[in-house]
Amino acid sequence: MNEMTIHRESLATVDFEKVKKRQRMGSFFKGILFLLPSIVLFSVFLFYPMVRTIYLSFFLTDNSGVPTVFVGLDNFTNIFSSPIFQQSLQSTILFVLYTVPGAILISLFLAVIANEKLRGIGIFRTMFSSTMGISVAAASVFWMFLFHPTMGWLNQLLQVVGLDGIGWLTDPKWALLSVSISTVWMNIGFTFLILLGGLQSIDSYLYESADIDGAGYFYKLRRITIPMLSPTLFFVVTVTLINAFQTFGQIDMLTRGGPQNETNLIVYSIYQEAFMNYQYGTASAQAIILFLIILVITIVQFKLGERKVHYQ
Amino acid sequence: MKQVELMDVSKAYEKQQYVLDEINLSIEEGEFFVLVGPSGSGKSTLLRMIAGLEDITDGTLKINDKVVNHLPPKDRNLSMVFQNYALYPHLTVEQNILFGLNAKKVNKKEQQKRLKETAEMMGLRNYLKRKPKQLSGGQRQRVALARSVVSESPLCLMDEPLSNLDAKLRAHMRIEIRRLQKRLGLTMVYVTHDQVEAMTMGDRIMVLDNGKIQQVGEPITLYNEPANLFVASFIGSPKMNMGNAAIIDQKLVIEGVLKIPVDPADVATLTKNNGLTVGIRAEHIFQGTSENTTHELEVINVEQLGNETLLTFEIGKELWTAKWLGQWRVDVGDKVPVHISTKNISFFDTESGQLMKPASIINEQEVVAI
Repeated sequence: MNEMTIHRESLATVDFEKVKKRQRMGSFFKGILFLLPSIVLFSVFLFYPMVRTIYLSFFLTDNSGVPTVFVGLDNFTNIFSSPIFQQSLQSTILFVLYTVPGAILISLFLAVIANEKLRGIGIFRTMFSSTMGISVAAASVFWMFLFHPTMGWLNQLLQVVGLDGIGWLTDPKWALLSVSISTVWMNIGFTFLILLGGLQSIDSYLYESADIDGAGYFYKLRRITIPMLSPTLFFVVTVTLINAFQTFGQIDMLTRGGPQNETNLIVYSIYQEAFMNYQYGTASAQAIILFLIILVITIVQFKLGERKVHYQ
Repeated sequence: MKQVELMDVSKAYEKQQYVLDEINLSIEEGEFFVLVGPSGSGKSTLLRMIAGLEDITDGTLKINDKVVNHLPPKDRNLSMVFQNYALYPHLTVEQNILFGLNAKKVNKKEQQKRLKETAEMMGLRNYLKRKPKQLSGGQRQRVALARSVVSESPLCLMDEPLSNLDAKLRAHMRIEIRRLQKRLGLTMVYVTHDQVEAMTMGDRIMVLDNGKIQQVGEPITLYNEPANLFVASFIGSPKMNMGNAAIIDQKLVIEGVLKIPVDPADVATLTKNNGLTVGIRAEHIFQGTSENTTHELEVINVEQLGNETLLTFEIGKELWTAKWLGQWRVDVGDKVPVHISTKNISFFDTESGQLMKPASIINEQEVVAI
């Protein structure tokens, strides 16, 4: 009898809300614990530098990067009136227009032919994706040799055909194109691999059904392959576009922004401003402009592109 | 007229393992022909060979009396429905149905006419603008059928088209497909692993196991006179009750437990071979009346299906099932009187599995011709 009353009392005094709240707190704490490494790393290497960049873009700095004079938006207005930055912006946009469609079209072609079930196709798949394993520095050195005015294979090839040699990296008309060609080559490995993966996930029944219906090769390509590949294509376009805007390594190795600032892409220009001219303020302003450009383009892409993308 | 003819058709991967071995078969025009077998029996491979999606290793395949071994699928004038329907997820129902006609460059007016007719027939008129993922399983199935119908090919191949549907819808689509085939006069080659589908839909059935034909015939023939142990156990639900048997003192002894008197005339044929296996259908283990009870068996499980009752007995190592019409209040552990007669028993050679003597009473009693 006594026990029963105690039991009844304890049942009445249990506050479910309180227990639930404690459980929620517990799981929240555990969640934060798991996220902690990422939060710390992101804060140190991403969030803090970003905030600092925005802060610096409103100042003039001394040689060591300490802000000295607050100038408000002057850095930004100066940049937009500077012909060098305009040149740099134009080069960047041209560079993106050369490399993004170039890399994607070539990789798409390679992926489609490498998707056939043939003997020894593995060798070709390895070959086509191999540039993914080559660092930008190594690839740049390799292309530097190809572009060499006298010893380079490209000019030797031209001589064999009977044409004059081209100053691939020294002629202002050619430099940006040359850098673009080498960039396309470097990007092919990654895009090829992703696109091949996308192709292989397309259900083979769709092709068999189309075979029975009497569809030809190009009809299947146009009506099945491309639409079914669209999510992968969308991903690849977004990633390569962002990468193209952020190109730095090959510029530094091949042309150092020259000749006549033709290949002075934005990231390289930021690097020069900050670490050669010690103008951290203007460099930060340029970095923010680049960030905004990429942000806007990516948002536009999602708004326009995603409507046409078919997700399974 | 023979629509499809296979002569000594074989299929081997890597030039050794035969997945299909010398298949000889002819399918008549307008026939509903079912290929049935367990998974891995080679039935889908055979269908894909007829479609032209798999190479034929050996033998000749004729469609409409023309050898087509070398022709690609599109030149064989056939249509096919796949197990997962193979609908194009990015196209609407209308575009899905017209995909083949577009590929063959049929003119637009003809396309629209056929689309209208087919959509009407399949009840898809209100769904033409939808994407496949907005459709239910049954509607997707209908789109797949519509795609096959709109091609107006005389030969239609189906690879387990109903296996992704729930049981109720499956029963409904069985009837729909059957009606469609009759109405359009299609020749149908239909692959399934489900013997109920095979029995209910087929004009003729071919049972395939391990790449070999086990038996070809009408559903009823397969049920009444299974050519071997495999067909006997595969066709029919619940499956045929089997047991090892021997003839001792003019009596049939099954699993060392059941003793049944045998007609002396049969003894000679049945003792010719060493091993004897007997089979009896569940509905042929009758409830015993006071005059004809042959055995009393202990019930180890009861399944009430409403219109009939399934009783399970233990016969030696085997479990036997009896199917009694109506509702029987029997409890597990009860001993029930049954009537088992040799007239209902099929005899098989244990070693070869071949049928020696089919159940004799079936022909007299149960087939009612109208």
